[in-house]
Amino acid sequence: MKKSFRLSNLDCANCAAKLERALNRLDGVERATVSFLAQRLSIEAADERFEAVAAEAKALVRKLEPDVTVA
Amino acid sequence: MSRALRRKLAWIAAGLFCFVAGWALPGWGGLAAFALAYAIAGWEVLWTALRNIARGEVFDENFLMAIASLGAIALGDVAEGAAVMLFYQVGEWFQAFAVGRTRGSVAALMDLRPESARVRRDGREAEVVPEEVRPGETVLVRPGERIPVDGVVLSGLSALDTAALTGESLPREIGPGENAASGCINLTGLLEIRATKAYADSTVARILALVEEAAERKARTEAFITRFARWYTPVVVVAAVAVAALPPLLAGGAWGTWVYRALTFLVISCPCALVISVPLSFFGGIGAASRRGILLKGSTCVETLANVRTVVFDKTGTLTRGAFAVTQVRPVGMSRERLLEVAAHAESVSTHPLAAAVVRAWGTSIRAGAVTEAREVAGQGVRVRFEGHAVLAGNARLMASAGIALPPADEPGSVIHVAVDGAYAGSLLAEDTPKPDAAEAIAALRAVGVRRTVMLTGDGESAARRVAAALGLDRFFAKLLPADKVAHVEELLRETRADDPRARLAFVGDGINDAPVLARADLGVAMGALGSDAAIEAADVVLMDDKPSKIAVAIRIARGTLAIAWQNIVFAVGVKAAILVLGALGLANLWAAVFADVGVCFLAVLNAIRALRLR
Repeated sequence: MKKSFRLSNLDCANCAAKLERALNRLDGVERATVSFLAQRLSIEAADERFEAVAAEAKALVRKLEPDVTVA
Repeated sequence: MSRALRRKLAWIAAGLFCFVAGWALPGWGGLAAFALAYAIAGWEVLWTALRNIARGEVFDENFLMAIASLGAIALGDVAEGAAVMLFYQVGEWFQAFAVGRTRGSVAALMDLRPESARVRRDGREAEVVPEEVRPGETVLVRPGERIPVDGVVLSGLSALDTAALTGESLPREIGPGENAASGCINLTGLLEIRATKAYADSTVARILALVEEAAERKARTEAFITRFARWYTPVVVVAAVAVAALPPLLAGGAWGTWVYRALTFLVISCPCALVISVPLSFFGGIGAASRRGILLKGSTCVETLANVRTVVFDKTGTLTRGAFAVTQVRPVGMSRERLLEVAAHAESVSTHPLAAAVVRAWGTSIRAGAVTEAREVAGQGVRVRFEGHAVLAGNARLMASAGIALPPADEPGSVIHVAVDGAYAGSLLAEDTPKPDAAEAIAALRAVGVRRTVMLTGDGESAARRVAAALGLDRFFAKLLPADKVAHVEELLRETRADDPRARLAFVGDGINDAPVLARADLGVAMGALGSDAAIEAADVVLMDDKPSKIAVAIRIARGTLAIAWQNIVFAVGVKAAILVLGALGLANLWAAVFADVGVCFLAVLNAIRALRLR
């Protein structure tokens, strides 16, 4: 299952690239893309674990980029 | 400009003010002003650097900028430290500003989102958000309003502005029974539309989703930049350490000199110019294409499009209109006009596409009472009585069954023979005619360097040959079944690769029944997608209108985009390499380094924005 989230206050391209790398290393994430230009985060993960993985991903974003909000 | 950007600009202005004051004031006052400028410009960077170190992330550009500027101050030049921080901030600000503007203008291009919908419910008119319209409900669209959901016109005559969807500036006439695509603006008359789809399944919602997702399918060039950026910073930092430590330790160089040179490395350690300008170029190119009614499903398509050397067309509905038109009238023993009149009246009783073409060809209204005793013979034609004469109109079999001899002929297209009172009266030739811009489309493809243009069709040999010759196609294959088309595309793929391994093949279809071929080609192009879901799903590139000439436009935009992306890569990497060398040799100071770095970012972003204006 794949789901997209809107990001706000993501204001540096390199930060977006770093965020994407970190998210892809997260356990349970099949594929994560962070688009700086579209200000979108999309996460692919197994259906049955999706909610848990997405929550973990959001926590990771909060940790790495405290100014960025995920909606 | 967002609030955050405005606030940051105010900080930069305050920093600049203090910086200028630092030059103006003598002695300790000046030093204090420089220190204040440094604090104003740099507190955020220093704070972020500390925060990131606490999390264990060391190679962070904030940290490196902090080291570079603090190092300059420690070596005794506060003004230089302040300048590094100030210009770094100017660069960051400009980056955020430019990206915001580009995002804004792409969003404006794709500003199709209908605000609200007027629905007739329980005999009253209610204004709701488009998401709440249910299929089957009646929607009212006044002139000047956007059609909220896909539907069929129940009543009203109007013209639609489809420019936002197709890039086509000419309004499209619309009337009862016709499909109305969401996102178009109703121009002249009130339209009553029965919703056939919910908002989420309507054209406008699908297009918006497609454009937003396009940014996620990253091009190889983008992936390359991301990989490069990942190694660039650590390598530069290691080089800086080496420059600072090795010459003093091994060759007895002065520590101050070599540490200072190492600091110039740190100033340019952020790969920002690359990381921002390359994706921005692709984003701009995708935006420029969508303005012309060409939707690219991701940056990957830009690279493939730029390398297209073979274009394979499906014939019907792609190069030709997909509708019959009478192209020749050959009367025997009567005037051309009379033959058309007789044939049109006879065919007016039939619903066959050929019959409709004959009626259109006559162009004058049918006298309903003049036709009597009408009888349609399935697969053959019609027998009627027109103004007292027995008229037959149909194919050769109809004539044979009535014992009427035909002149020998081998004609492409479909022939309608006419007989009046048992005597042969002539024939009409109906063909699927090429679209007005089809020949121009092929010529334009050749002009952008496409080596092979090929047409595939299920039609007969002679009809295909005529179209291929008229349009100037290199090759054609006729009498094909859908499975044959896949086989031919595979063969053409092999030929294309044999010329040049990087060459790509595009297949252009109308999205109906050609999903397997669209998938097999390097690049699937679906056209006339306004209202066709299958096409939007199956293709990599979607042309919103049905003009084959848009393919050459798409290739041109893709090439321009790729050229801009590579200009930025070469320029940014080149300048950074030059600073590294000059810095190591002691020929570039921190001022030069920070100016060059911010300058590269500035110019690369401006260059990337150019992609938005490609046409």
